[in-house]
Amino acid sequence: MPHTTDVVVVGAGPAGLAAAVTAAEAGLGVALVDTAAQPGGQYWRHYDPAHARPGDHVGHHGWRVFTGLRDRLDALRADGRVRHLPGRQVWLVTREPEGTFTLRTTATVTAAPEGQPDDAERTLSARALVLCPGGYDRQLPVPGWDLPGVLTAGGVQALLKGHRTPAGRRAVVAGTGPFLLPVATGLARAGVTVAAVVEANGTLGWLRDPVGATSAPGKGIEALGYAALMARHRVPYRTRTVVREVLGADRVEAVRVARVDRDGRPTGPEEEIAADLVAFGWGFTPSLELPLMLGVDTAVDTDGSLVVTVDDVQRSSVEGVYVAGEATGVGGAALAVHEGRLAALALAAARGRPADPATIRRLARAVRRGRRFATAMHRTYPVPAAWPEWLSEPTLVCRCEEVSYGDLRRAHDDLGAEDARTLKMLARPGMGWCQGRVCGFATAGIAACLRGRGSTPEDLRPLATRSLAVPVPLGELAALTEDTTPVGATDTTLEEGGPNGE
Amino acid sequence: MSADLVVVGAGVVGAASAYFAALAGLRVVVVERGAIAGGTSSAGEGNLLVSDKEPGPELDLALYSQRIWRDDLAEHGHLWEFESKGGLVVAASEGSVAALRGLAVHQRRAGVEVHDVGRAGLRDYEPHLDGLLAGGAFYPQDAQVQPMLVAAHLLRLARERGAQVRTRTEVTGFLRDGARVTGVRTPGGDVAAGAVLNAAGTWAGDVAGLAGVRVPVLPRRGFILVTQPMPPGTIRHKVYAAEYVGDVASSDAALQTSPVVEATAGGTILIGASRERVGFDRTMSVPAVATLAAKAIALFPMLRDVRAMRTYLGFRPYCPDHLPVIGPDPRAPGLWHACGHEGAGIGLSVGTGKLISQALTGAATDLDLTPFAPDRFAHEEAVA
Repeated sequence: MPHTTDVVVVGAGPAGLAAAVTAAEAGLGVALVDTAAQPGGQYWRHYDPAHARPGDHVGHHGWRVFTGLRDRLDALRADGRVRHLPGRQVWLVTREPEGTFTLRTTATVTAAPEGQPDDAERTLSARALVLCPGGYDRQLPVPGWDLPGVLTAGGVQALLKGHRTPAGRRAVVAGTGPFLLPVATGLARAGVTVAAVVEANGTLGWLRDPVGATSAPGKGIEALGYAALMARHRVPYRTRTVVREVLGADRVEAVRVARVDRDGRPTGPEEEIAADLVAFGWGFTPSLELPLMLGVDTAVDTDGSLVVTVDDVQRSSVEGVYVAGEATGVGGAALAVHEGRLAALALAAARGRPADPATIRRLARAVRRGRRFATAMHRTYPVPAAWPEWLSEPTLVCRCEEVSYGDLRRAHDDLGAEDARTLKMLARPGMGWCQGRVCGFATAGIAACLRGRGSTPEDLRPLATRSLAVPVPLGELAALTEDTTPVGATDTTLEEGGPNGE
Repeated sequence: MSADLVVVGAGVVGAASAYFAALAGLRVVVVERGAIAGGTSSAGEGNLLVSDKEPGPELDLALYSQRIWRDDLAEHGHLWEFESKGGLVVAASEGSVAALRGLAVHQRRAGVEVHDVGRAGLRDYEPHLDGLLAGGAFYPQDAQVQPMLVAAHLLRLARERGAQVRTRTEVTGFLRDGARVTGVRTPGGDVAAGAVLNAAGTWAGDVAGLAGVRVPVLPRRGFILVTQPMPPGTIRHKVYAAEYVGDVASSDAALQTSPVVEATAGGTILIGASRERVGFDRTMSVPAVATLAAKAIALFPMLRDVRAMRTYLGFRPYCPDHLPVIGPDPRAPGLWHACGHEGAGIGLSVGTGKLISQALTGAATDLDLTPFAPDRFAHEEAVA
């Protein structure tokens, strides 16, 4: 077995970076695993040093927080106090009978040459985990959303931040929430005409929200900045409006929008807006593959996402497993940094390392404040309850397996699929390459809607649970046959073969 | 509320039994504690096999079921992706080929179609097979279905003939008249019935226990690996290694895995099959899936760079003598069983369902049910 380190931190975004640096500085041995070639996560996605330009940080928030964390990480790496494993992703995590954790990793497609572990280091062992897997754009199906030219808001942002590539010339940014604003202003700054920001909910209400204003003053200032940028670039901002259909023959040519009521039901006349790029953002879905593999307790957050429940120092229900960042509830980078630090300090204290109790209390207060703000945001920008009514029979819900809304409705009406799992078994949504990452939230919502009720954790969990966190080459799996570590198998009775049939 | 038949369990065996009973004119109520096809029916590969069975009652039931799938249910085959793709059993050594030929002699006598395949002929069947294999046998009767769709559509067809299906309804006890079973108790109310059929799969022992009788059905865990979707025709048949035929008599205590590789209508490739007795432990086993991957690559070297997208596991309902339990239970008149089909339940389900409906309606059964008698374990217990 590999050397057992004090803690493995998974994810080098805001939460994971803060957790790894804090834990190492408190004296814990740390390994930091991340899919990207360099730290920063999706939020601080940026160029590698060889291709960076001086102006790259424009549009990045908290850039100095990032560079501060990065410099500390570099120093800790140089001292051998953090083992950084970029370009690797964990496909399986298991808890051993003696309480340690085993993580199996595989290379991402764009693996960093530097710091690549050899084959023998594909398996990590840890006494504790801080899981900071982040999240990704939540998508809702709408007629035409599978046309070329439709991207996620986060995808558009990633192309801008990571490749300096504007994905079109005339854009509509649609969905709900404040994240639409940096995407719109980022596009405008890159010279793209933003034809409209289409927001399903009311105005920038959280600016006036007293909870928001007192909980996170920095956020209010951020929003004022976006409002000014939107005004400068003359970006029309339409509230209580949704995209009913994306139009185009072979690619996006326009969107059809409609005014809606509070629940998302159309109220007014429809209108077409020409565009060659549509960026959809309906909030974020936390990546829960690894926490769910370990059997942590979960709940449905205010925004409808399945999240890990943690205590006041980021401890999950499984001993030794701390979770920080979006996986505990979508709340943004500043909150994630606090959570990462808090998790690391609490872990250090639990391991008898010096950790200032006053700092822990201060961080816990900051996290509570941030959570209140996030909750206020989720309440201001809900996914409209009536969204499944926007679907037509041929609208694709699962793009990997080409499952339409009509297929799901028939599986329910004719075949008796009464829950999300049975829908998946009978109609195949979520069975393709993405394993439900894109359509999981929508399928759970449709399953609930077909039953005439709201989504429950039982709808969401089967679509968020994955036996393998990421696809892994069979050759890498086969290489583990020499590894005889028993995984969770106690009292294993083995026997000779019998009839082979399935 | 009263019915002619209450079926406990909406897996593929319960669904097939409900369908044939409804077809025979019985008033049927299916009660299922979870969702339809939510247990072992959703955890297999959907194989309808004759190739892996030695002559005896199980092969007889498999051949009988073949007729049901291909004749009685022919018009519905497309609903559940019925594909008569054939099975290719491959052998790595001359010794294994000889064992395969020996088995084929007996199977042919029992009515199984077998084509001997020499070393040179293997790649005509499967272009991507490893070149070092010694030979094999092709079984054209082997076929595949999507088992969840089988269960769902058979239940739909049963409903169209008046059957009721109640999901999320757990049987908590039996209605009794003396020794006789006269219905079931559920949290949603009692259901009186002329007969109750225990089709609770791997959990059938618990249901039997509620009636005070013992049916020794136990879980035998298996894992399946699912790959990324591959182009059509990459793997054309159900392909598995002959070695297990020689292993059956072995008492080796190592984890039992036999490579079984096949494509699905969705394009994914399924890789089975492992066997362990670990109760209902749902923990992922790295040794099991790693061995499955290694053995599949040994058959198809091109799989080395193909990615596994997911794994799933299930619990085969097995009895000590590896035969299912089918028929009335003399220890509790009114209680019937259709369970314990181990890894062959999808294929055997429709034959089982039709035989049950024949016996229930007092007709002569197409097959003798004696080898499947529910009380056949009594002697073994007395000895133990």
